[in-house]
This record gives sequence, C-alpha cells and structure tokens, in this order.
Amino acid sequence: MLEIITAIDLNSWLTSTFGDNAWIPQKILIATWETIYMVAISTFLSYLLGLVLGVILVITSQNHIAENKSVNLVLGAVVNATRSIPFIIFLILVIPLTRLIVGTSIGTIASIVPLTLAAIPFVARLTETSLKEIEWGLIEAALSMGANTWQIITRVLLPEAKPSLILGVAITTINLIGYSAMAGIVGGGGLGTLAYYYGYQRYEDSIMFITVIVLIIMVQAFQMIGDSLAHRATNKGR
Amino acid sequence: MIEISNLTKIYKTPMHDVMALDQVSLKVEKGEIFGIIGLSGAGKSTLIRCINMLEKPTSGSIIVDGEVITSLDKKDLRHARQKIGMIFQQFNLLSSRNVFDNIMFPLEISQVPVNEARQRVGELLEIVGLTDKAKVYPEQLSGGQKQRVGIARALANRPKLLLSDEATSALDPQTTKSILKLLKDINSRLDLTILLITHDMNVIKQVCDRVAVIDNSRIVETGDVLKIFSNPGTPTSKSFINSIVKQELPEEVFQSSAIRAGRLIRVSFIGESAGEPIISSMIRKYDVRANIMYGNIDRVKDTPFGNLVLELSGEERVVSEAIEYLHQQGLEIEVLNNA
Ligand SMILES: Nc1ncnc2c1ncn2[C@@H]1O[C@H](COP(=O)(O)OP(=O)(O)O)[C@@H](O)[C@H]1O
Ligand SMILES: [Mg+2]
Repeated sequence: MLEIITAIDLNSWLTSTFGDNAWIPQKILIATWETIYMVAISTFLSYLLGLVLGVILVITSQNHIAENKSVNLVLGAVVNATRSIPFIIFLILVIPLTRLIVGTSIGTIASIVPLTLAAIPFVARLTETSLKEIEWGLIEAALSMGANTWQIITRVLLPEAKPSLILGVAITTINLIGYSAMAGIVGGGGLGTLAYYYGYQRYEDSIMFITVIVLIIMVQAFQMIGDSLAHRATNKGR
Repeated sequence: MIEISNLTKIYKTPMHDVMALDQVSLKVEKGEIFGIIGLSGAGKSTLIRCINMLEKPTSGSIIVDGEVITSLDKKDLRHARQKIGMIFQQFNLLSSRNVFDNIMFPLEISQVPVNEARQRVGELLEIVGLTDKAKVYPEQLSGGQKQRVGIARALANRPKLLLSDEATSALDPQTTKSILKLLKDINSRLDLTILLITHDMNVIKQVCDRVAVIDNSRIVETGDVLKIFSNPGTPTSKSFINSIVKQELPEEVFQSSAIRAGRLIRVSFIGESAGEPIISSMIRKYDVRANIMYGNIDRVKDTPFGNLVLELSGEERVVSEAIEYLHQQGLEIEVLNNA
C-alpha cells in the first residue's frame, strides 16, 4: 500500500513543488498513512474483542440475564489490572508476545499488538457503561416474551446502545491515535516515530509542527464523524 | 386459567428481608378480566411478575393454563412465556425499532417465519388501530399510542393470557378509557383472559369482572366487582370505593362539613333509582334534613350503580335512627365523617 501511494505521480509532484524540501511532505504522508493504518486495525480488533468482553461483564453482573459471580469477578479483575498499567510500560511488557505473534517488535504491524491489547479493557468498560444505561424494563419486556440470552444481547442490548457504542468507537480511535504516537517513540512507526526522530532528535521544528497539526486534524475528524453517526443513530426516524 | 396457591415472596436485601407476598392464593377463570387493586407497595407488581416468573417465588405454586409454571426448566419457561402477553406502565418499547418492528419483536423471538410474521403484524396494527403509524418510532407517539403498540406486541404470539402491570397508570383519564375499552374489546373478541393490577378503582370499575383487594402483601377480599362496590367487606375495599367518590367531590365538602353539625354519609345502591324512594321515606319518617352533596349513577361492569353523598342534620339521636333505618331498608351506608 505504501509503495503504491509513494510510487505514483505524487513523488514527482512533491519534488517539483517543494524542491530540496520534498522529503518532508513525503515522510509526513507516509507516517500519516502508517498511523491511520495502525489505528484503524487496532481499533477494529480491540472493539470487536472489547465489545464481547463488555457484554460478558454486563450480563454476568448481579441480577442480570446471565448472572455469574465468578466469571464476572475474574474478568473484572483482569480488565482493571490491564487498565491500570501505564501504556508506555505495557508497550515493553508485551514485547515478547508481539514477537511471538508478528515475529518482530519493531514497526507498524508490531505496534498493532500492544495497541489492540491496551484498548480491549478500555473498550470493555466503555461498552459496560453504555449497556448499563439501558432501562431494565426493556430487558424485562424481552424476557416476558420468552427471549433467550443471545436474543436479548443481539436484539435489545446492542441495538438500544448503538448511539453510545458508536461514540465509544470514536473515543477509542482518538485514544489509539494518542497511544500510537507513544508507540512510535519505541519504534512503532507512524507520526510518533517521525516526530521523535526528526522533530525531537534532529531539531526539525517544521516536522514537529506539521505532525502536531496532522494529529489534531485526525482527532477532530474522528470526533466529528463519531458525533454525527451517533446523532444519526439516536434520531432515527425523527 | 391461573391458579395461585400459597404464594410467598420474600426479597432479601442487605439491610433486611421484605415480605412482598404472604401466602397468596387466587384463582382466575378462563375468559374473565380479573383486577387486583392495592395501594403502592402492597405487592401487586410482585404478584403479577411471579405469574410469568420474572420474579421467582420464595414458596408456593402457580398454574397457568394447566402448566405448573413455577417448576418449569429454563427452556420450557421461555416457551410458556411466549404464550403469556405482558404490558407495562412504562410501555417498554424498543427505541431502536419503529412501531412495525417493535410488534415484530416477539415473533422474531418465537421464530415465526418472516412472511407470516409480517402479515401478523399487519393484523395486530389493525386491531389496535395504528396501521398508519407502522413506520413511526416510539418517541413520536403519545402515551396512549405507545400502550397500543405494547398491547399489539403482547398479542403477537396469540397468548391465552394477558398480564397488565399498571398499564394505564401513566395515562390521562381519557386515554385510560380508550385503552381499557381496547382491552375489553380484545378480551371478548380473542377470548383472552386478562389479569390486571392497578391502584385505581376506576380501572376496576370500568373493565373488571372480578377483583381481589391486596393489602400489605395479603389478599384481603376477592369477589365480583359489583358485589365489592355495593358491599365492601374490608376497610381497604371501602377506602378504594370512597376514593372514587372523593375524586369527584370538591374538597370543601369534607372541610366545611366538619364545621357543620351534619353527618356526611355515602349511600350506595344498585339500579337506576333504587335509593331514592327509601331516602324520601326516611325524610318523612324522621325529623332530619338531608342535603344532597353529591350524586351519580356509575356503571360497574355495565350495571348502574348509584352513589349519593348526603349531609344529614338534626338531633344527633334522630340522625342515628335515620341512618339505622336506611340500613334496615337494605341500603349500603357508610359514614364519611362523624360530626
Ligand atoms: N427487587 C426488590 N427488592 C427488594 N424489595 C422489593 C423489590 N421489589 C419490590 N420490593 C418491595 O416489595 C414490596 C412490594 O412491592 P411491589 O410488588 O412493587 O408493590 P406494588 O406494585 O403494589 O406497588 C414493597 O415493599 C417493595 O419495596
Ligand atoms: Mg407496582
């Protein structure tokens, strides 16, 4: 993908426009792409797994549809423990696991492992909060119709929490953008690496500056997209 | 249709245990509209929720349509629940689905084939008169319309029994009337047994055949609605019946009569005019003045049921004798204040 982007006319256009400084926009474009790629994949994976975990946390809680004290306690403890580890330490802790899965601990693909793992418990708690906002009466109505646990999850809990879950995706994405920059410092690639090597270690202020701008734009964009999708889901039919 | 025996429910809370139902026994016949009335906290919701096992009884048994619901396993219970409709005070409609899809929901649960289900939803929309609102979302509906959706949804799987937990308590009197009319209508058209709970005697008066009065976790009186209206056997029943009269009496009547010398009594009688001749003969016989404070003819289950509130004034002893006379003539008398 990277090769394709950089291979097309863009290169010659950049050279003709920026002359000797053409490497700066080139690097920024590549790094932005890497960041989007890392964040997108880890958001997707962590949301999938975190959603499942969050649903299990909710339905196994006391007086809920699949109450199970021990499962709830264990999962809750794991989630809390993972969440309380600072990300920068987490990055280092999971290096062996990353090597096992991807074969290396350096680069964009390798970063996806710690990013995903760190976001799963975060997503689980967000999901938990969203699902607990649903009025119990709705669940009870479904129970009174003879719904089973799976039907309640897929037809009541998730659809009713949809607007809030969509906002959760946006929040997770934004968090992961921040985390990905941190991963960049330990060689994770993307805008974080760029800012660290050029902006910090080589005093290229312009690269630092542009990186920050790009990050701000990305965060704003995701927030806006999330808000508008959530809004649309809430106001269905109005 | 329903047979409840010695039902007891104790809620265990960290602080103390709450006895919500105490040895409740009750029988609801097929095809009737049975009401349970009680004050807030009496145990009504607990009772009705035990019938589809939303609440697990502490002891006792419940038989619904020949099936011992209290001893079914999870899977059989889910099947049994598909044949017991339930409607709620807060409607409990899914905000993520439009009216059509809300009514579709129970049919999805019971895995009715889609084509058949869609056709059924069409019929149900017609029954509750909401065909034109099929594509509308619940937030755009009025309370009455929401409850109609709730009713349609509860009827989807052609239940034999409908449970109603204060279904009209969030509605204004006019809307309540129309919803009760709908319930009465489906009761006779679909041969549906309805068990409803309420704290409002008007609801009982408008639709119920029989009623049970629940007070403090126990059933204190059960019987024909008309009989309980004309001859309430317990203080709780009396106060519920008076609550209707009082609703329609201006507050001042009770206040000012405390200053007056008169005694306020409520006379109730069945039939259009059964009370009048007796009262006029009382006035002829005794030296009392009777001031009519309030009078109406109500309909209880389609039978005219009269209520008169009289202020009797005169010599204390004579007033007492006059009241005794009314009693002897077979009128139901209740003294509302003692001057
Ligand atoms: N889940 C519960 N936990 C503890 N106590 C409860 C619970 N539900 C109801 N109660 C108590 O049981 C009693 C009966 O409640 P309920 O059946 O809701 O009465 P009603 O519907 O007649 O107002 C009340 O004292 C209430 O506080
Ligand atoms: Mg209640």
